Amino acid sequence: MSLDGSLGIRVNGEQRRVPSGVSVAEMVGGLGLDPLRVAVERNLQIVPRSSLGDICVEDGDDYEIVHFVGGG
Amino acid sequence: MTAQQGIKADNWTVAGRSFTSRLIVGTGKYKSLEENAAAVEASGAEIVTVAVRRVNISDPSQPRLTDFIDPKKVTYLPNTAGCFTADEAIRTLRLAREAGGWNLVKLEVLGEAKTLYPDMRETLRATEVLVKEGFEPMVYCVDDPIAAKQLEEAGAVAIMPLGAPIGSGLGIQNRVTIRLIVEGAGVPVLVDAGVGTASDAAVAMELGCDGVLMNTAIAEAKDPVLMARAMKAAVEAGRLAYLSGRMQKRRYADPSSPLAGLI
Repeated sequence: MSLDGSLGIRVNGEQRRVPSGVSVAEMVGGLGLDPLRVAVERNLQIVPRSSLGDICVEDGDDYEIVHFVGGG
Repeated sequence: MTAQQGIKADNWTVAGRSFTSRLIVGTGKYKSLEENAAAVEASGAEIVTVAVRRVNISDPSQPRLTDFIDPKKVTYLPNTAGCFTADEAIRTLRLAREAGGWNLVKLEVLGEAKTLYPDMRETLRATEVLVKEGFEPMVYCVDDPIAAKQLEEAGAVAIMPLGAPIGSGLGIQNRVTIRLIVEGAGVPVLVDAGVGTASDAAVAMELGCDGVLMNTAIAEAKDPVLMARAMKAAVEAGRLAYLSGRMQKRRYADPSSPLAGLI
C-alpha cells in the first residue's frame, strides 16, 4: 500500500492503482468495463459474477479480465 | 413426408442440444465484425466458435463481438485456441464458463506452433478434468480411431478430428481414418480444420461426419459471405449424398441409355 492509501494491483499484466476498500465490481467498472460482460480471475481463482460486489480488492492482487473475441 | 420435410427433420444432437445446421463456423480472421456477422448469417450456422482473451483495458470502448453476433440467437462455443497445456486450456474454459455460462465448449490443446497438431496426452487429461467439472467438451483431436475412442470414454461429447492442419485449406487428407472414426464413434464426429473450399466440406459430410467446423476457408476467401453460402450448400449436399447411399464405382463405362431398340 502507498502513502495515499491506494492499492497497487495488476490487471491483465498492467500495473494499476485503485482506492482502498473498492470491490472487484467497482474496480472493473472503474476501468470502463461492464462487470456483467466479462469474466474475472483474481490470483488464479475465478471470481463468480454473483460475488464481484462482495469481494474487496487487496494490495498486490493479480487480475485477469477476459471476454469473448473472434476465434476459430 | 415430402423430401423437404425429410431434410428439415435431419437434425443432429450434441450433449442433448439439437441443431439443424451441420456447419459450425469460427469468428476469427475477418476484416471486420460486420463482415463476420454477415458471413455467419449466410452460412446458416447455429454454433460459432469464439476465443477467450484479455479485454483491452486501455481502450474498453472497442466494438465487441457480442454486439454483432447475438449469443442469444447463435450458440457460442468457447474454444481454447492458443493453449499448449491442459492446465491453460482448463483455466481458459473456466473463465469462458463464467463469462457466458455455457458448459458446451471446444477443447483444443496444441502440441506445437508449426503444425498446430493436437497434443493428445494433454488433450485427454484436460478432457477428464473438464468432464469432472461439469463441462461438455467437443474435442479437437488427431485422426486416430483409438485416440477418438479414448476421448469418448473420457466423456467428450463430440470428436473433432482434423482433416488437414488448422488454417491450411488442404482439404480432407485422411479419408480412411476419418471414416474409421465415424464408424466407431458413439458421439457426433465433426471434421475440424483442413477444409479449404466447398468440395472439401462435401467430402467430409459424404464420409458420414455429423458436421464440419471451419474458419479460415470462409474468412480468407476473397468474398467471405459468398463462400459462407457455398459452404452451407456443400455441407447440405454432402449430407444428402451420404444419406442417399452413393452408387458403386466401376472400372469401366456403363451406358446410361438403353441398348435395346438401337437403330
